[in-house]
Amino acid sequence: MAPNQVALAYLIASVLFILALKGLSHPETARRGNLFGIVGMVLAVVTTLLITSNYALILLGVLIGGTAGAFVARRVQMTQMPELVAAMHSLVGLAAVLIAIAAVNDPGAFGIGDPLPKGNKIELFIGTFVGAITFSGSVIAFGKLSGKISSAPVVFKGQHWVNLTLAVVMVVFGMVFFFSGKQGQWLPFVVMAAIAFVLGVLIIIPIGGADMPVVISMLNSYSGWAAAGIGFSLNNTMLIISGSLVGSSGAILSYIMCKAMNRSFFNVILGGFGAAEGAAAAGAQPKAVRSGSAEDAGFLMANAESVIIVPGYGLAVARAQHAVKEMAQKLIEKGVQVRYAIHPVAGRMPGHMNVLLAEAEVPYDQVFEMDDINSDFGTTDVALILGANDVVNPAAKTPGSPIYGMPILEAYKARSVIVNKRSMAAGYAGLDNELFYMDKTMMVFGDAKKVVEDIVKALA
Amino acid sequence: MTGHIDPTVVNLTVFVLAIFVGYHVVWTVTPALHTPLMSVTNAISGIIIVGAMLAAGPERLDFGSAIGFVAVTLSAVNVFGGFLVTQRMLEMFKKKAPKEGKKAQ
Repeated sequence: MAPNQVALAYLIASVLFILALKGLSHPETARRGNLFGIVGMVLAVVTTLLITSNYALILLGVLIGGTAGAFVARRVQMTQMPELVAAMHSLVGLAAVLIAIAAVNDPGAFGIGDPLPKGNKIELFIGTFVGAITFSGSVIAFGKLSGKISSAPVVFKGQHWVNLTLAVVMVVFGMVFFFSGKQGQWLPFVVMAAIAFVLGVLIIIPIGGADMPVVISMLNSYSGWAAAGIGFSLNNTMLIISGSLVGSSGAILSYIMCKAMNRSFFNVILGGFGAAEGAAAAGAQPKAVRSGSAEDAGFLMANAESVIIVPGYGLAVARAQHAVKEMAQKLIEKGVQVRYAIHPVAGRMPGHMNVLLAEAEVPYDQVFEMDDINSDFGTTDVALILGANDVVNPAAKTPGSPIYGMPILEAYKARSVIVNKRSMAAGYAGLDNELFYMDKTMMVFGDAKKVVEDIVKALA
Repeated sequence: MTGHIDPTVVNLTVFVLAIFVGYHVVWTVTPALHTPLMSVTNAISGIIIVGAMLAAGPERLDFGSAIGFVAVTLSAVNVFGGFLVTQRMLEMFKKKAPKEGKKAQ
């Protein structure tokens, strides 16, 4: 296949990828979009197959990897999506590093000049260190999300200086690699990659569990830039375009997550928040809360005209989404209007709550984003908070509070509020939630799934 | 224009334009579909399989093709896993459930 034909095929594949992303503007067009993406990938792969010759080895790899990927895709629970996504990012990062190693080993095989031209060296350096950081960072993120590593932030004195020093050293070795001839190029390259792997671990470990939506989005972005970096090194526009699409997507998601927490990206990445010991935590005397039973909650909602359900991480952990759908169904049958309010950072990844609700077959036109539903809380009879905490804390409106300025769901404006939590333990921000102490609030303690199932029984 | 343009400059042009396109397209994605967005971009980043295939390239068994093989396998996981899990999620998003009556909506 002539280079021009290859480039044109890649162009078509790139357009198909863009259309795949465009399809996600609405659930109606999304499935078709995914199909475009698949066709684009098939086109890109088949085109590339036509210009290589090691068919057996390649097809074997595709078979093994493809089967593993398909298996995981079928079996993964929706509540495990954050860790799946993290794990997949790590694979791309590692693949980028491996390809860079292959390119340094034998540039001729890629059509690059031998010895490596200086321009390619910079590009390989970038592709490698971004890939390495993506790999090790994603492995740590996976560990934290799946509970294999403690999700508590790991902080130690001077860690920012350590990271900065390592980064500088890594760049120094990158420069040595840049200037070295063919004989001396491996050592600096390997050292540089090794440091990058270590850095990936070090920058993720200080970040706590509930900041994960930002971390995953950031690693999503990095995996794209790693691919683009390799694209530059191999002079391959397909990789550059696809990598840039992914990189931009992750960056935008990171931005949205940070805005939704009203914290700057650097604040999140440098692990400020979760590390604050004690913050403004439980004050002197424990204040009284009104607590009730599932039956009380059921009675309150059955007699309401409108209910807004606010799902949070607790719902995901308890796998309560199906029970919630059943409860909503019963309420709707009694003539109650039921809607769901989703805060952008609810859960452990962007859009997490939406997928959990979709899995439970909650129709998506009952699910609303924060900006669309916030003004309706004032005219709603009951707000039911399921495992959400900081996102409904009115303290965010009070200057001086650690979460001041963070956009919240204004559940406190509803006529009555029911909050389900396992206990009175403080949420991620370590703050007391004023919502719990309001007169119109009733706390129902217990595991979300159990409590909701009890409400369903009470509504029967 | 006469004379050759350095491929790096061409690549840079493509890179910058791709970022603009990505930026504008991704802002149109509805927040409800942000998780499928992540999984589909995961699948798309599996495009690195193209680089891996070139590494495995010429028909022989050596260090380069061994590495290429591993990289192909890793990328294939993302490609298949990413598109399939996205498909699975997108199929869950339905409008009014067919059994529900036209109650208070």
